[in-house]
Amino acid sequence: MKIDPIHQFNIEPLFTLGHIGNHTIAFTNSSLYMLVAVAIISILMLASGTQLVPGRLQSVAEISYEFVASTIRSTAGSEGMKFFPLIFSLFMFICVSNLVGIIPYTFTISSHLIVTAALALLVFFTVLIYGVAKNGLKFFSIFVPHGVPGYILPLVMFIEILSFFLRPVSHSVRLFANMLAGHIALKVFAGFVAMLGFSLGALGWIGGVLPLALTVALYALEILVAFLQAYVFAILTCIYLNDAIHPGH
Amino acid sequence: MAESHGGAKSPAAGAHTEAEGGHGGGFPPFESSTYASQLVWLAIFFVALYVIVSKLALPKVGGAIEARQNKIEGDLTEAQTLRDQSDAALKAYEGELASARSRAQAIGNESRDKANAQADAERKTLEEQLAAKLAGAEKTIAATRATAMSNVRGIAADAAGQIVQQLTGVVPDAGSVNAAVDASLKG
Repeated sequence: MKIDPIHQFNIEPLFTLGHIGNHTIAFTNSSLYMLVAVAIISILMLASGTQLVPGRLQSVAEISYEFVASTIRSTAGSEGMKFFPLIFSLFMFICVSNLVGIIPYTFTISSHLIVTAALALLVFFTVLIYGVAKNGLKFFSIFVPHGVPGYILPLVMFIEILSFFLRPVSHSVRLFANMLAGHIALKVFAGFVAMLGFSLGALGWIGGVLPLALTVALYALEILVAFLQAYVFAILTCIYLNDAIHPGH
Repeated sequence: MAESHGGAKSPAAGAHTEAEGGHGGGFPPFESSTYASQLVWLAIFFVALYVIVSKLALPKVGGAIEARQNKIEGDLTEAQTLRDQSDAALKAYEGELASARSRAQAIGNESRDKANAQADAERKTLEEQLAAKLAGAEKTIAATRATAMSNVRGIAADAAGQIVQQLTGVVPDAGSVNAAVDASLKG
């Protein structure tokens, strides 16, 4: 029996809609899980009541709200609340799709670099456009750190500029690689249980307890990673936006 | 994460789905033919999510949180007001009580003084009345005694006349009897 840990990342068209140029536009399993994530967030945020004493669903909605709001306030200040809808959408979209993707037999949207890259570039261009629109050329003072001696300033500026333009790369690859690696590891260990059982019989099934235990432990870790990567993506977005809002710092 | 062929299925079924759902040997995240679809749908769903979040979800949840905050603040303010009111009422009550107490004391003192004065006056008039009565009574007693004494002389004179008559059989002279009685009364 062959276990293919990559198969879970396949994009399978459910129905084809048309073509743009020579690209096929299809509603795929990825699109379906994007729809699922949007639907879950909408239900969570809209179907929960607005009671004075919140119920369970309303508590979750309000905790999400307060969590994202306090993250923005602590990293980008109260001016960062302009971007509350954007950061909230990013955080909830990534968090919910990661958590849905961890359920066996589902698809994880953020295990595709093109998706995380698109989100990271959205953040990158938001920062760049808002920063220039708000501060003009002063925005580029983020490349000139204070208190650096003149003779190494060109080098420091070069590094700063390079790191600024590499932000979307690290921003997107971090999320993508975490989700991809976690899911592959889970699949490999889970597949190992079946492989042992089918190749060694009863002894193999008994020996499979070990990789099974590891799978359970990894699963718990992956739930943490699913949330944590969404949080990291959101907090990095806040930090980048902080540059656009307060370029002097 | 785990697909239909990845679980504890029979080897034949596993091989079947493997052949069917193969991905052409490529690495799915780097298959550029899927990019356009993913980007288009990501744009559609993310924009939809952004609109839902910014227009509906956040105002609603934020409003609920704010309403609760306002309610709590309002309740606290109201509680503070009520507390201030009750403090003021307690202070007013204590002031009222103190003034009432001092007033009661003043009234008590006043009425006691008045009663004392009245009692003194009454006693004085009573004493005067009693003294007058006593004087009158003494006068009456003296008059009565004088009358009685004069009566006694008459009775004594009569009795002496009778006694003399009985003893001697001669009616004595009234003048001599009277003189004899007077002499004996003086004696």
